[in-house]
Amino acid sequence: MRSDGLCCSFLNIFNMQKEINVRDFILRNYTPYNGDETFLAPPTKKTKKVWGKARKLIQKEFKNGGLLGVDTKKVSTITSHGPGYISKRHESIVGIQAEKPLVRTIKANGGIRLVKSALEELGYKISPEIYDIYTKYVTTHNDAVFDMYKNWDDFKTPAGKLFRSEDIITGLPDNYSRGRIIGDYRRVALYGVDRLISERKALENLKYDYMNDEHMRSRTFLHKQIRALEDMKKMAASYGFDISKPATDVREAIQWLYLGYLAAVKEQDGAAMSMGRIDAFIDIYAEKDLKRGRYTEAEIQQFIDDFVVKLRIVRHLRHPEYNALFAGDPTWVTCVLGGMTAVGPIGKPSKACKPGKSMVTKTSFRMLHTLENLGPAPEPNLTVLWAEGLSSNFKKYASRMAVNSSSLQFENDDLMRPYHGDDYGIACCVSAMTIGKQMQLFGARSNLPKVLLLAINEGRNEFTGEKVLDGVKPLKNRKVLDYKEVSGRFFELMDWLAKKYVETMNVIHFCHDNYHYENSQMALHDPEVHRFMAFGLAGMSIVVDSLSAIKYAKVSPVYDRRGIAVDYKIKGSYPAFGNNDDRVDSMAVDLCKKFIQCLKKYPAYRGAEHTLSLLTITANVVYGNHTGATPDGRKAHEPFAPGANPMHNRDKNGALASLNSMAKLPYRYCRDGISNTFSITPHTLGKTSETRAENLVSMLNGYFNKGGHHINVNVIDREVLEDAMAKPWKYPQLTIRVSGYAVNFIKLTPEQQKEVISRTFHKKFY
Amino acid sequence: MHPKFCKVLSPSELKKVKPVNKSTGMIHSFETFGALDGPGIRFVVFFEGCPLRCVYCHNRDMLDLKDYMTMTAHELLDKVLDYKPYFGAGGLKGGVTISGGDPIFQPQFLFEFLKLCKKAGIHTTIDTSLFTNRQTIDSIFPYVDLFMVSLKHFDSKIHRCLTGVPNEGILNNIKYLSGKIEKAGAAGGAANRPKLWFRYVVLPGYTDTKENLKALVKFLRGVVFEQIELLPYHTFGVYKWKKLGLPYVLEGVKPPSMAVVRKIKKMLEREKFKVLLNE
Repeated sequence: MRSDGLCCSFLNIFNMQKEINVRDFILRNYTPYNGDETFLAPPTKKTKKVWGKARKLIQKEFKNGGLLGVDTKKVSTITSHGPGYISKRHESIVGIQAEKPLVRTIKANGGIRLVKSALEELGYKISPEIYDIYTKYVTTHNDAVFDMYKNWDDFKTPAGKLFRSEDIITGLPDNYSRGRIIGDYRRVALYGVDRLISERKALENLKYDYMNDEHMRSRTFLHKQIRALEDMKKMAASYGFDISKPATDVREAIQWLYLGYLAAVKEQDGAAMSMGRIDAFIDIYAEKDLKRGRYTEAEIQQFIDDFVVKLRIVRHLRHPEYNALFAGDPTWVTCVLGGMTAVGPIGKPSKACKPGKSMVTKTSFRMLHTLENLGPAPEPNLTVLWAEGLSSNFKKYASRMAVNSSSLQFENDDLMRPYHGDDYGIACCVSAMTIGKQMQLFGARSNLPKVLLLAINEGRNEFTGEKVLDGVKPLKNRKVLDYKEVSGRFFELMDWLAKKYVETMNVIHFCHDNYHYENSQMALHDPEVHRFMAFGLAGMSIVVDSLSAIKYAKVSPVYDRRGIAVDYKIKGSYPAFGNNDDRVDSMAVDLCKKFIQCLKKYPAYRGAEHTLSLLTITANVVYGNHTGATPDGRKAHEPFAPGANPMHNRDKNGALASLNSMAKLPYRYCRDGISNTFSITPHTLGKTSETRAENLVSMLNGYFNKGGHHINVNVIDREVLEDAMAKPWKYPQLTIRVSGYAVNFIKLTPEQQKEVISRTFHKKFY
Repeated sequence: MHPKFCKVLSPSELKKVKPVNKSTGMIHSFETFGALDGPGIRFVVFFEGCPLRCVYCHNRDMLDLKDYMTMTAHELLDKVLDYKPYFGAGGLKGGVTISGGDPIFQPQFLFEFLKLCKKAGIHTTIDTSLFTNRQTIDSIFPYVDLFMVSLKHFDSKIHRCLTGVPNEGILNNIKYLSGKIEKAGAAGGAANRPKLWFRYVVLPGYTDTKENLKALVKFLRGVVFEQIELLPYHTFGVYKWKKLGLPYVLEGVKPPSMAVVRKIKKMLEREKFKVLLNE
């Protein structure tokens, strides 16, 4: 027990606690902050040195084609690499994945062939010994999954191809880590690793009624977790820290917590390795240290800045194909901020669960402030948990940061709290789970527009003409599509897809548990967790607009000589999603409901609960490229809209009509999240910087009041504007306005639009 | 000095500038995210029709009573109410802005719609030339929270060339309105009286001249108002004229530089006027 003048109440609390309960510690000890941002401190000299050096390395990495270096000789584990620093003299929070910053490492258990291929594409050679071991002696996750796929009749098309190659289910984690698991890294700081080890060891002696499947699984993983915790201590010791004991001040709290996260990113390289919810937790230590004069505000901000620098330099070794799907080298170290406490029962949305107190603390402000101290950056994917009851000071500050940096996303705490309570985090962009108690089994997404095309083309791939599945009869109404016929067939095929999707996911996650288990991350969860199996739906607005076109207008397919519909002619108009028109918005709700209900019919691995997201990340371009022309008028290979957004150039009534449409999308059916990208120029948001922030607050209040789930606010400056005009699918519903002016953009040709907009920013006013 | 393009409106054109009094409205379109047409976030309704024919109109496509939706005041209110949660509260209270065209072109429908908005607790703003009669001003006065009135030009002859009508009536109406606002303020306190803003398009060669700016200042000194918005001339609306096959007489006039507009702002601020400019 440390006795270096530490305030004893910390020790008392967790001595008193019979169980590991971080939430309880937070609720009892945190100090809500309702003031404004004037207390915040600018970056210290040390921060400037550390970030300055890191920035230089990042620039070098960029000039080098996006890769600074790879360690090809060692497989990365928690203890494989010795300590490394950006600038040892100046850093106050330390720890990097390899021995030099930004160097990427091999996580072999995900799959060695992809690693070898990636290295070769990048101009490197894998160590022959490593390759030997992982092909001859070790079964990787990738090996195991593809063995399951092999000769599995159901997983092949009638043409003999792997179903996976039809681009109907995409982005599956069958050759790399699955991610979407948030370890409760705070436990390392609050309890110290020894306490966590003894809690696990106590479970070794548990008495079971019968050694059944689940119990056997639990016991196997138990030992992996204990070993990971021991390794975590070793890794920390190499940096000079004894994390066997709890943290005694805010610097240690951040350092211990970060070391817990570092262990995770040394072991795994999932697409989403998110951070969780650490603001109120860290703030408890910060407040104590401010009060007893241990650290000043400037020093505390320095620790936060340094911590965020570390999160910005997390790197994973990726194949160039992955980068095409997930552009921009994202790591999704998602950190949620704010939210409110939950009063009443949670688990099911009910009016009995009410918001209690704001959980905004000074550290919530400090984290946002890193966007000023270090400049804007997409990581650590700062996510504001917005609730009606949060202070206007916080809302204004967050809003101002969003306008100035375009690096913030906002999510509806009032909507998620009845399901998850007040200690949940977000994995990746939109997927909520209670920290340490729930995990997700990631399932990327399915391309539903392609399924619609299968329904129209007798189950044939719209490009190759090959059969993807048998037994789909030709449509009776081939000249002009009939809504009842097409939608009926589509929903039948959706059910066929659902079964395949769940089965595939079961295979992937069975293998991942057995061959690439997340030892350290799961050590930082409760021994028994609730699982979500997270499915995805890409191209929602295209499916819905297509069905609307078929119903309300006259859609005539254009067939090629093989009888495949390769284009569609539309006579008349139809209500498109994004105009706040219930005729088509209700179809979107119905689609989500039907898809999740289909999925739920098929039992998920380890009894996981099926969830669904409307999220594409940047893959909307790739999915569009793989999809032929659709009945809504979209041409072949044209990009999809991202996430749940309406298709670009189909909104006639302005941005809020789009928001209203999206707010109708049902979170209760889409529990893995509903992604909304909102793009606007600053001058459209208001005439002064003050009013812009205030208007954004009003907009967020309105959107969340209406039931919206998530919004990524992109305030576009002049340089980006040209890109936005050239690639409207990257900035859907881009709003550009002038006082009093009625823009009916869809009536303009793309050339006219470009011309109008180019005059906007060239003339320097809007 | 004098514009060469002054034309007289033809009989058929004259018909289209006569106000219409119906209990259903002619609506051109909506803009649901209006952050530049009054305070806060506003639902902007573009009314079809206008009593003026400004040569630099950026909404020329809504003046000929051809392409519009017909709806009752109740139907229109229902559309607005769907956006009420976005209007916010406090200093930047959003609401509905009625623009166009010119809402004053449909006085009866405007009156009914404004009444319904106020009943529903919605902040109302109208964006108008105020080219109308006192009766209309009196009838809508109790239901408008903010008048945004355009000041086009202070030389009545040039005003006629630019807009198709002289300016005496408009300027008198503004003085009348300003007086009514002051009286309402004295009677019911500042909180209960409507606000008045002016909108001034900076049109190079016409409204940025020394004479006109002098006249502007003189006029502003004689009325009570909250602020004046400077709107730099822009050419986004030109394509609409081309699409309609109408000649655009200001072809070649370039938008003013921000430096010029800022200079005007500074000059007005020196006169102790509050100026709003999209920076």
